[in-house]
Amino acid sequence: MTAKVTPTSTSASNAPGKPAGDGLRFYGVWLLGIAALIVLPMLFSSGGSLTSFSLIGIAIVFALSYNILLGQTGLLSFGHAVHYGLGGFAACHMMNAVVAHKWPIPLPFIPLFGGLGGLVFAIIIGWVMTKRAGTVFAMISLGIGELVASSSLILRSVFGGESGVTTDRTALPKMFGWSFGPQLQVYYLIAFWLVLSAIAMYALTRTPLGRISNAVRDNPERVQFIGYDPHVVRYLAFCFAGFFAGVAGGLAAINFEIANSAYLGAIQSGLVLFSTFIGGTAYFFGPILGAILVTYLQLGLTSVTSVWQLYFGIIFIGIVMFSPGGIAGLLMMHRPLVRAGTLRTVILSYLVAVVPTVALACGVILAIETVARFSGGETINLFGIGFKPQSPVTWIVALVLLVGGGFVARLSWGRIAEAWDRAATVARDRGYLA
Amino acid sequence: MMRKLTLAIAVIAPMLGQAASAEDTIKIGYIDPLSGGGASVGEGGLKTFQYLAEEMNAKGGILGKKIEIVGLDNKTNPQESLVQAQKAIDSGVRFITQGNGSSVAAALSDFVTKNNTRNPGKEVLYFNYAAVDPSLTNDKCSYWHFRWDAGSDIKMEALTNYMKDTPSIKKVYLINQDYSFGQSVRTDARKMLGAKRPDIQIVGDELHPLLKVTDFSPYIAKIKASGADSVVTGNWGQDIALLLKAAADAGLKVNWYTYYAGGAGGPTAIKQTGLDHQVFQITEGFANSGNQAAMDFEKAFRAKVGISLWYPRAVNEMRMFKAAAEKANSVDPVKVAAALEDLKFEVLDGGQGLMRKDDHQFFQPIYISSFGKLAANEPFDEENTGWGWHMVSKVDTAQAMVSTTCKMARP
Amino acid sequence: MLELIVISTLNGVLFGMLLFLLSSGLTVIFSMMGVLNFAHASFYMLGAFFGFQLTKWIGFWPALVLAPLLVGAIGMAVERYGLRNTHKHGHVAELLLTFGLAFAIEEIVSMIWGKSPVDYRVPALLDFPAFTIFSTNYPAYKLFMLAVSIVIFIALLIVLKRTRVGLIVQAALTHPHMVGHLGHNVGRVFMAVFGVGSALAGLAGVIAGPALVTQSDMAAALGPILFVVIVFGGLGSLPGAFIASLVIGLVQTFAVALDGSLASAFGPLDPSAGPSVLTDIWNVTIAQVAPIVPYLLLVIILIVRPMGLMGTRES
Repeated sequence: MTAKVTPTSTSASNAPGKPAGDGLRFYGVWLLGIAALIVLPMLFSSGGSLTSFSLIGIAIVFALSYNILLGQTGLLSFGHAVHYGLGGFAACHMMNAVVAHKWPIPLPFIPLFGGLGGLVFAIIIGWVMTKRAGTVFAMISLGIGELVASSSLILRSVFGGESGVTTDRTALPKMFGWSFGPQLQVYYLIAFWLVLSAIAMYALTRTPLGRISNAVRDNPERVQFIGYDPHVVRYLAFCFAGFFAGVAGGLAAINFEIANSAYLGAIQSGLVLFSTFIGGTAYFFGPILGAILVTYLQLGLTSVTSVWQLYFGIIFIGIVMFSPGGIAGLLMMHRPLVRAGTLRTVILSYLVAVVPTVALACGVILAIETVARFSGGETINLFGIGFKPQSPVTWIVALVLLVGGGFVARLSWGRIAEAWDRAATVARDRGYLA
Repeated sequence: MMRKLTLAIAVIAPMLGQAASAEDTIKIGYIDPLSGGGASVGEGGLKTFQYLAEEMNAKGGILGKKIEIVGLDNKTNPQESLVQAQKAIDSGVRFITQGNGSSVAAALSDFVTKNNTRNPGKEVLYFNYAAVDPSLTNDKCSYWHFRWDAGSDIKMEALTNYMKDTPSIKKVYLINQDYSFGQSVRTDARKMLGAKRPDIQIVGDELHPLLKVTDFSPYIAKIKASGADSVVTGNWGQDIALLLKAAADAGLKVNWYTYYAGGAGGPTAIKQTGLDHQVFQITEGFANSGNQAAMDFEKAFRAKVGISLWYPRAVNEMRMFKAAAEKANSVDPVKVAAALEDLKFEVLDGGQGLMRKDDHQFFQPIYISSFGKLAANEPFDEENTGWGWHMVSKVDTAQAMVSTTCKMARP
Repeated sequence: MLELIVISTLNGVLFGMLLFLLSSGLTVIFSMMGVLNFAHASFYMLGAFFGFQLTKWIGFWPALVLAPLLVGAIGMAVERYGLRNTHKHGHVAELLLTFGLAFAIEEIVSMIWGKSPVDYRVPALLDFPAFTIFSTNYPAYKLFMLAVSIVIFIALLIVLKRTRVGLIVQAALTHPHMVGHLGHNVGRVFMAVFGVGSALAGLAGVIAGPALVTQSDMAAALGPILFVVIVFGGLGSLPGAFIASLVIGLVQTFAVALDGSLASAFGPLDPSAGPSVLTDIWNVTIAQVAPIVPYLLLVIILIVRPMGLMGTRES
């Protein structure tokens, strides 16, 4: 990546002028992130949390690569996992080849080959795919996704059929004396590539290509008038996205030491779309938040409830309906208020709303779990309190929480809206909100 | 937003704060689908293992230690299974059991083998109760993997030994799902039938995509056109249900030799089609086997759990685990593994079984049964259909042995 | 050979009509509102389960009327309280809403009816072989499905082309703002359209439930193929969807009937070369690739003719 990182504030800021020290703050955020990545495994050192962190790291790279399409260029893809999966297979085959031919390539370079795997496929297929944007692109990506996923089961010699291609990451030449057997070393490898890819992808948004991609997203006709071909721009963006998805796939292959058809499938494509949208496509850090949340829910929810899919669905419906800018959008809404110094009133109203909202949420959870466990009869454990699904007490508690919590919550939400209006008015008067 | 926060809090505890387990329980990690499409099967298995654990605990457990089954949802996804296995090992699980999906099994076997070489002293054993891909005990065999279900080649060996003595079978049609298991069914059927009954004609050999076909009538048309009298299929799930429905709709009259017609939803589908005693299945045991101990167990199991015992092999697995631990006088996985090798065991439905040292495959008597109206001495029906399984043939252990190509790497 | 051709044609038409029954609702919704409704197959599943439950309580024929109405009502509620609020945030938001909805519906269904298939049977009145051709029976129920599909097709065509309601719908297709300016309540039109589309999916569920397996994962199996049908046929074109359903039904059926592979056409490859991508491709039969043929058709038609077979606009 030859692009130069220019220290500017994030693009969507509406604030007038740029306060001094913005560059410092910009580098500070990145350094803070890197420091967090280094320190995290020292705080939580169990194998399970290391695995979780590794998966989150992979998911972040994948989601950021997807945002090159969805957020930057406005291309909705239903088949992004194709590049991820092909990257995974490329990495696995490369690792096996390195071991078989005794090539002097240590493990940390393998994700690069994963990236190339994703990139090559993007170069081949991208030109016809990106001819048009919108629904046509979405549908072609859906078709290509299904085609590749199904073909992977037919072309057994490359994809290894159902059981996939396995590999042994410790058999590769060592680097700094690391064998990459322990999960901790793999975590640092993933963290390294995460930082590298994130910087590269951020830099990409600052290049002329990144800017013109935004223009293609917003108004392709105007782009044509000023002498660019939107098709070429979409194609280039598609190739970059394919490359970084391949890197993520290569990291996943290193982490699991296996690549199989599940990498390529519709579920994987759906997850990355979820992560990116939930996080917020308008900001660079949006997909990062989304990937963390979705991976975390995916890992954590399954061990507490059997109906995690329902919660998944409810959370997504909730975010889409009430915060379509994603989590990042929600957070960034507060930025002008912070600058104007009017955040206090809003925070107070939030605090008031917390109690009834939590009560309402508990009511919902209790009601769902009561229905889900009614026939099985397992006790529902909510904040350490046991509820029996067959007992009328549980039903009454659930009902009271639902109705009472819901009623009070609505009132408190109204207060939030009022407080917000007041704060926003002040912010607008002070010139921080357009 | 708030709801999300609450949920996050609710899931933090189990993720970050899993302490090592107390010394007096043996944790067995059950890794199978507990949500999504495969959940109906996975939940049945979980309940079976939980029932068996309770039964053992009531009798004092294993070497005085209580057994705890930890259910872990893998969504039938190999990657997810590895994550769950890691989580399980973290929380002190040293024994893993899994059954649904040969791709998951291959990934887990590989994972456990690598884990055991990288973490000496923290070995983990993998007990496979239902993944039947022959490669798991052949080219991909592992010292740390033990299989209680009969591999698909073993079932085919038993089935062809039965067919050998059934002269009415003349034309066989093979239809299977297009993946590793379905392919092994088809190649074994061709090879073994060719050797044992060269006069049987294989009039069709079909592979169809896994769980993607909604209408089987074109396949039925082909079977009909071929003039087959018997169909051999390894299909499971909706693929067997839809196949039989389409056959009944078209009025196809053949005998169905299946691996998994008895799976969840299968009996309901057969009853709907009205194919009385035309659908056969090959299993290591079934409810109406006639063995008193097994039938008593089945009765108690159904009364408590509410489903029929799909996995007699799970009973064998748990009881043999106990026998091996007692033989080794330890629940250390390394010692249990050594004790399991070449262990002989009286299986649930009667007869001697053997855990072969060469490939860690368990060999046991295999039954061929048909589904239909019940006789007076057959008390158990399936899925409240009023129909049940009826004994057709029992193939003894010696008749259900196959050779292996496994070159096992021993620690 | 003749036998195989006749029977495959019949099977292809029957399967195609089932596809049409499912996609008719989706094409109306998609073309009017631009919503990629991923929950459409979930409404189909709801229809099947409502049909099953109501059949148990009040019999199949009342269920055939009631279940689609119920599903339609749910669809209208989804439009009114969900999609309408999301509309201003663009199509991706709408799509994700239906995505989330599909998740939730599947889990709710499996919470209520369990995860195993339910015993949903063909009504006794139609449980007999209607005719026999080349010694293959055709059940009366399949002919009933065929008849319902054709009736729906004709009814929809008449409503869309010959009535005032249809005129507004047609106009809203191409000029939604103009329709609004003319004083029609576009919101209500959308709600009605979404309701009707969902009800059609529900009807497909009630009818297809006994013929296929009624199970909580039945929606996921059929979802993507419906998009293939409507995009292939051309957005907004009912005849297009009809033809696409038939084409895909026939292609899939004939692909199964044909046993050919490259190996059978040109002889096997030299076995000494060992397994490679070439041997994989060489030995795969047409029947094995049958289910992915529709996706291949989709990709090809979108590259060659992005508006689909009979469509009039691109998106």
